[in-house]
Amino acid sequence: MTDNTMRTRGYFGRFGGQFVPETLMPALGELERAYDAAKQDPAFQARLNDLLAHYVGRPTPLYHARRLSAALGGAQIYLKREDLAHTGAHKINNAVGQALLAERMGKRRIVAETGAGQHGVATATVCALLGFDCVVYMGTEDMARQSPNVARMNLLGARVEPVDAGSRTLKDAINEAIRDWVTNVRSTHYLLGSVLGPHPYPAMVRDFQSVIGREARAQIMAQAGRLPDVVVACVGGGSNALGIFSGFIADEAVELIGVEAGGEGIASGKHAARFAEPTLGVLHGTKSFVLQDEHGQVRATHSISAGLDYPSVGPEHAHLFESERAHYTYATDDEAMSAFQMLCQQEGIIPALESAHAVAEAIRLAPALPRDRLILVNLSGRGDKDLDTVRKVLGV
Amino acid sequence: MSRIANTFATLKAAQRIALIPYVVVGQPSLAATPALVSALIEAGADLVELGVPFSDPLADGPVIQRATHHALLQGVTPRDCLAAARQVRARQPHTPLLFMGYYNPILRFGVDAYARACAEAGVDGLIVPDLPLEESGELETACRAHAIDLIFLLAPTSDESRVAAVARRASGFIYCVSVVGVTGARHALSDEVEALVTVIRRHSDLPVAIGFGISQPEHVQQVARFADGAVVGSALVDVIARAPAGHEAAAAAAYWQTLTAA
Repeated sequence: MTDNTMRTRGYFGRFGGQFVPETLMPALGELERAYDAAKQDPAFQARLNDLLAHYVGRPTPLYHARRLSAALGGAQIYLKREDLAHTGAHKINNAVGQALLAERMGKRRIVAETGAGQHGVATATVCALLGFDCVVYMGTEDMARQSPNVARMNLLGARVEPVDAGSRTLKDAINEAIRDWVTNVRSTHYLLGSVLGPHPYPAMVRDFQSVIGREARAQIMAQAGRLPDVVVACVGGGSNALGIFSGFIADEAVELIGVEAGGEGIASGKHAARFAEPTLGVLHGTKSFVLQDEHGQVRATHSISAGLDYPSVGPEHAHLFESERAHYTYATDDEAMSAFQMLCQQEGIIPALESAHAVAEAIRLAPALPRDRLILVNLSGRGDKDLDTVRKVLGV
Repeated sequence: MSRIANTFATLKAAQRIALIPYVVVGQPSLAATPALVSALIEAGADLVELGVPFSDPLADGPVIQRATHHALLQGVTPRDCLAAARQVRARQPHTPLLFMGYYNPILRFGVDAYARACAEAGVDGLIVPDLPLEESGELETACRAHAIDLIFLLAPTSDESRVAAVARRASGFIYCVSVVGVTGARHALSDEVEALVTVIRRHSDLPVAIGFGISQPEHVQQVARFADGAVVGSALVDVIARAPAGHEAAAAAAYWQTLTAA
């Protein structure tokens, strides 16, 4: 796979790197070498593709949301249906890839972090498939709001370790997963779930997710006969967004839009919109934009969706922002909820609250665009896990 | 000669190892920290590591996490840590002071400005647990410009090529992590660390201090056989956390004397 953005070891422009304790550096080197070898190995690629086709259920459909498009009266909205992948989200693409790498490295114990629980479920799933021990760290706040996913992980044989530190969300789960990895690094692979963390994770996770963009590009060419005008995806760490963006980055006419969690609005301070006031920082092994106070302490974030509730963002996104190849906006909790309901009612699709942020942006854009314009939305996950949250908000 | 080099040279001549406490600035309070550090120095501490609190201390175990959280709840900032260092320096002209802190607050402060402010406050060296050799260039340049040492860490997982690379750029001393893991007291010292020190000696003449897991006089005696210094962090932080209010400095000094008697 060619990599135009990687200038020096592990950097995208001035973002990225390997800001981790010395203890982990040899393991990162081992992972990088194993990944480079696997990329060139036809047997590895064949096994990965076989699992993606017959286990994950790829290719996922591209669906023309005609009723939603008609209701908005503007551009045509297409949904890339990652919600139909096994385990209900795009996370499985990366989990399968990294689990095969772990097997190749002889590491049969896996640790992972999870926010919404989708990555935790995907990891628990592949660990069951390959017979690995699996420990998933999850903030207690997220365990409460995504309880169906906790039950799923338990059923799949994973141990879910509650994390009660800090804001009790994804950030704190990653801290704890890294501490576990530092302690057990010789036997354990850290199956990081997004385009975050130290090199080689951001590039490797993007590559494993790039199947979304490759499929979507071919599908929209086949169905609509041309490229989309706009590609929209939600951005927590940013793996579903880079997965679909990567298929269109070379097509300069295609506008790429990442949608962050606006929470209760930027002015409220309760949000996870890293690009609203981008500040350089280092968190969890990578240099990127980090929500922080004037002293460099990482700020608490807020989002109705656990998967977007994170103070940093993948370094390649920071680079796409700075080079202006992609644009970043946000949807508030309320806008995401409205989009969630509209997609349910217009199309009979219950999206994850994370993905509803991307749908919200499409709903905002479509009416102002002519009917022959195409908006491609990455519908990164399904919303069954969010029913408790939604019921509470809507009072149903 | 820097305070760090001078201290290790003096101790070597006396055939003693350096005993190095780690305290979190702001535990039990910002106001109490300078007196607590002075009490440790008077109880035999040879160098002192001052922990600069950070919200996400991913190389630390639960004891230091709790102390850090406590300090942050009181609003302790890097500037407060510099002020505390200045106060210690005013009372203790000879003891080397080291700042141990994560990279993000340094980046936010400004890398060069941080090194300069540390030098002006009388801080002699920086230890940054999430800044491996590969990422340390900017801070290394700043430290050199302001005549303080950037202390590099090595771990039992570091192979000889990494040891050699660190040895080429290290200054002050080399901080050798004794275990594969995060900070925290352990019952026994791992035997891997002695092998690592043997490798380090092949590549560097700098003093080598051992940290992570050291909590008992027997550990200090063990380290004295093959290294030049021992860092005691979590065990001391725990003693301070458990001491009755107002008696933290006395409790810390009493614990420290059990180690120096070793």
